[in-house]
Amino acid sequence: MPSPMTAAEVLDREFLEIRAKILELAASFDRLHRSEGVVQGDPRVILIREALDVLATTDRGGRAEEIQLLFSRQYPDDWRRDYDLETV
Amino acid sequence: MYYIDPHIHMVSRITDDYETLARMGCVAISEPAFWAGFDRGSAESFRDYFRQLTDVEPKRAAQFGIRHYTWLCINAKEAENVQLSREVIALIPDFLDAPGVLGIGEIGLNKNTKNECTIFMEHVDLAVSHDQQILIHTPHLEDKYMGTRMILDMLTGDSRIDRSRVLVDHVEEHTVRHVLDEGFWAGMTLYPVSKCTPQRACDIIEMHGAERLLVNSAGDWGPSKPTAVPDFIVEMRRRGHQESLIRKVVYENPLEFFGQSPNFDFTPPDIAEAAAL
Repeated sequence: MPSPMTAAEVLDREFLEIRAKILELAASFDRLHRSEGVVQGDPRVILIREALDVLATTDRGGRAEEIQLLFSRQYPDDWRRDYDLETV
Repeated sequence: MYYIDPHIHMVSRITDDYETLARMGCVAISEPAFWAGFDRGSAESFRDYFRQLTDVEPKRAAQFGIRHYTWLCINAKEAENVQLSREVIALIPDFLDAPGVLGIGEIGLNKNTKNECTIFMEHVDLAVSHDQQILIHTPHLEDKYMGTRMILDMLTGDSRIDRSRVLVDHVEEHTVRHVLDEGFWAGMTLYPVSKCTPQRACDIIEMHGAERLLVNSAGDWGPSKPTAVPDFIVEMRRRGHQESLIRKVVYENPLEFFGQSPNFDFTPPDIAEAAAL
């Protein structure tokens, strides 16, 4: 089901909101930068960098799903064996 | 527009919230049993909670013309305690014939542990043996994808289950397709930070269609907004979606899903108004 709005209409409506969200991110990174201590090796920071790479890609849909998966634990197909659970 | 909130925890809300929901067009809600914010000490605490859900809350809702329905279980978080869980599960059949009880829920996983899986399957067995519908909680944040896949694996591995009578809740972009593709109903929860926003819920409708999809507020004792479903309605309208599509998601879909329960006794407000005239 397509969106009833054209791309131009979406941009008109959401430009300021997107701008504000990017500013919030920038301010958060600045806050991290000027705070004492080092978090560069923290796995969460690495995840955030990877998520920003996903955001920066152009001409592609599915970014939200991709970022969700990036922040998710993997699903092991053989989990039942580890838990010793049988199928009904 | 009339709407139904298919997942909201009114025991945690004040009476004024019922009035606000009524003013915004809410005509019915369903309230799954959930975690109280602390682990309860005995099965008797759950017996009192089930009385509250089946007796007290319907009366509070009725003051504002809202029909109250409920689901019973021990939630995934407390399911880590297997012994307590089994004692609570043993209580549930006593309440299944109470008016407004739609089924077993919200069962599911929290941290995707073996104990949670064991109790999940025992709840499913209870539902199947009593011909009950099922409402399922999926985990939060980084545990959601793995937990949802595990839940689907357990459900699809059980040939006794009628998938059209199971609602898998709290889906997001990375789990909705898995749930719908397997033939289950899916619920989107409009939580401020940890789940879906009204905007992203609209996106999901645009990407996956409106079949077997519901939206809910899951309003409870934590950061949540009981009027989130009207927020979704407004966002859909702002995008230019037709009223018939919006009505399907917020009213007709819940009616279709709940209508499979023998305890779902509901007269649509427009029919009730016509009869009164």
